[in-house]
Amino acid sequence: MSITVDGINKRFGKFQALNNVSLDIPEGKLTALLGPSGSGKTTLLRIIAGLESADSGQISFSGQDVTGLHVRDRNIGFVFQHYALFRHMTVAQNIAFGLDSLPRKQRPSKPDIQKRVNELLEMIQLPHLAQRYPAQLSGGQKQRVALARSIATQPKILLLDEPFGALDAKVRKDLRRWLRNLHDEFHFTSIFVTHDQEEALELSDQVVVMSQGRVEQVNEPIELYARPESRFVFDFLGQVNVISGQVKQGSLSQGNAWVTLPGVQHKGDAQLYLRPHEVRLATAPVGHANLPLRIEAVSLIGSEVRVELRPEGWQSEGSDNIWEVGISHAEFNSQRPNRGDLRYAVPEVGHLFTGNDAQPATVNWAEAEQAPRVRLIS
Amino acid sequence: MARIRSRSPQHRRVGDSPAIKWVLIGIAISVTAGLLIMPLVVIFTEALSAGWSTFADNLLDQYTLHAIGLTLFVAALTVPLNLVFGVALAWLVTRFRFPGRKLLITLIDIPFAVSPVVAGLLYLLLYGRNGWIGSWLADYDIQLMFSWPGIVMVTVFVTCPFVARELIPLMQQQGSEEEEAGVVLGASGWRIFRTITLPNIKWALIYGVVLTNARAVGEFGAVSVVAGNIRGQTNTLPLHVELLYQDYNVVGAFTSASLLAGIAVLTLAAKGFVEWRQARTLIRLQAQETV
Repeated sequence: MSITVDGINKRFGKFQALNNVSLDIPEGKLTALLGPSGSGKTTLLRIIAGLESADSGQISFSGQDVTGLHVRDRNIGFVFQHYALFRHMTVAQNIAFGLDSLPRKQRPSKPDIQKRVNELLEMIQLPHLAQRYPAQLSGGQKQRVALARSIATQPKILLLDEPFGALDAKVRKDLRRWLRNLHDEFHFTSIFVTHDQEEALELSDQVVVMSQGRVEQVNEPIELYARPESRFVFDFLGQVNVISGQVKQGSLSQGNAWVTLPGVQHKGDAQLYLRPHEVRLATAPVGHANLPLRIEAVSLIGSEVRVELRPEGWQSEGSDNIWEVGISHAEFNSQRPNRGDLRYAVPEVGHLFTGNDAQPATVNWAEAEQAPRVRLIS
Repeated sequence: MARIRSRSPQHRRVGDSPAIKWVLIGIAISVTAGLLIMPLVVIFTEALSAGWSTFADNLLDQYTLHAIGLTLFVAALTVPLNLVFGVALAWLVTRFRFPGRKLLITLIDIPFAVSPVVAGLLYLLLYGRNGWIGSWLADYDIQLMFSWPGIVMVTVFVTCPFVARELIPLMQQQGSEEEEAGVVLGASGWRIFRTITLPNIKWALIYGVVLTNARAVGEFGAVSVVAGNIRGQTNTLPLHVELLYQDYNVVGAFTSASLLAGIAVLTLAAKGFVEWRQARTLIRLQAQETV
């Protein structure tokens, strides 16, 4: 079942939670609603479910208007952030609840319900805990029971509100993989809400980035990371280093720092966005950039060495005034950067936001640099 | 580390001094005994001072029997009314957001804040034969004051906060997620209430009912204003005690009083049991969470 969201508005008192939101959720895909808290993502999920009503706008499932349809009759699966298991019922009773609630004509017989509950218990690998109460389960077990309960009646749509928010990192990773498999097996149309960009990019087929009640960008994870369309998406997805300054004669400068901008005609205010992997570190300034930075911290954990640097004689955009650059362990071993060392950032690819333009222009120094090098060799 | 700690002087906590401790305990015991236990003992000894047969005679006196019957009748009407009212009110203010919600929560406490006598007078002013609503009702030959409906009305008023007051904090703390989960799974409103809400609030509800019942049986002030003390007609047990005492029938007064005291003791026992059950459930849940 595909889901269409058309012109949804929602206010809570003076707070505009959703501002004219329109979306297409394709059938059988896993879609992430990603945004900071207060961006309206949970409200949108609850409106799709029917737990909240919109002030205006329309929700359709497979082209059929369900705006006026009661939650009870929408036949969706919903997984709550804090699981919302029925605390005085056993695990088996929790899972059976949806089936027991069906109208008499559609309700399976008692043995059939029992059989279905057992299948679901097998699926979540908890058959030995059927007679336990929710308070006796760990967080990950509760979440699996909540999932089994929500899909017991075989809904076509599965909605999950911050499904892994309250779990520790290890369990979270296992459950993510498990949810992905579940989704692939049953072909629900799934939407999950998260504020964790890594989770959204790793798990979903499509990411909807939201901010202040609006949709900022909708795209596949890879495209979204490679081509953010706004400053907000750039900031929100992953670490980014920013220098803001004045562009004059094809060069951006601020204080004693400057960067040439090959192929840029713009004059005036501009911000240059650089991902940690788009910057190298050198011990001396190069021809196209002079960005002096002093090393603040070096973190060796992970597949890359993470170096945090503070601008020297200029200011970075953002509250912490820190740049982050990733270097390989091999580079680390040959250069041995220490706290307090001076380094020069060498940008290879960057993204330039000018004036009020929402879309950035890509700047590529590597290509511009290669031409003279080739000439030197010849 | 351990050696350093053992050598450092042991600081006494406040109240650790045996003298202070025993003085405080002594005061607590004598106050409890003098103000609470002694009177309770006196009630029963006075009631039985003329022997068991007099006690039985006093108890089986037709007016006393009528007072017992009326008191139980009023409680039997009041408790279910306030049970439904309290649950509905708690549901309303914890599950919905609407303007004036906070005001409503404050208004629930009016019966606690107003002296019962004042409440009784207000009802008399409104529903009495010459009152605003009472005069209109009198045209249709309906008399509320100085008859049992008036007694039930003021008792309902005085006891209406108990159930709601018990439920509101609990239901606020539990939130409405479980009920939302129920409705998403297709359960009807009644099924959600019966299988999800009710089991979750069960013990608080019973506690509220016990308190409501105790107060409904023992209410004196408001009832004395609207009942008119007609012996054998509108005399409830607390009013009956006063009437007998004014008749210089001390033993009779204490006999009826001992009934009320007996109900109070039973109420305390029930309250204790419910609290013990609640605590036990909590401990069990906490113990299980650490497993």
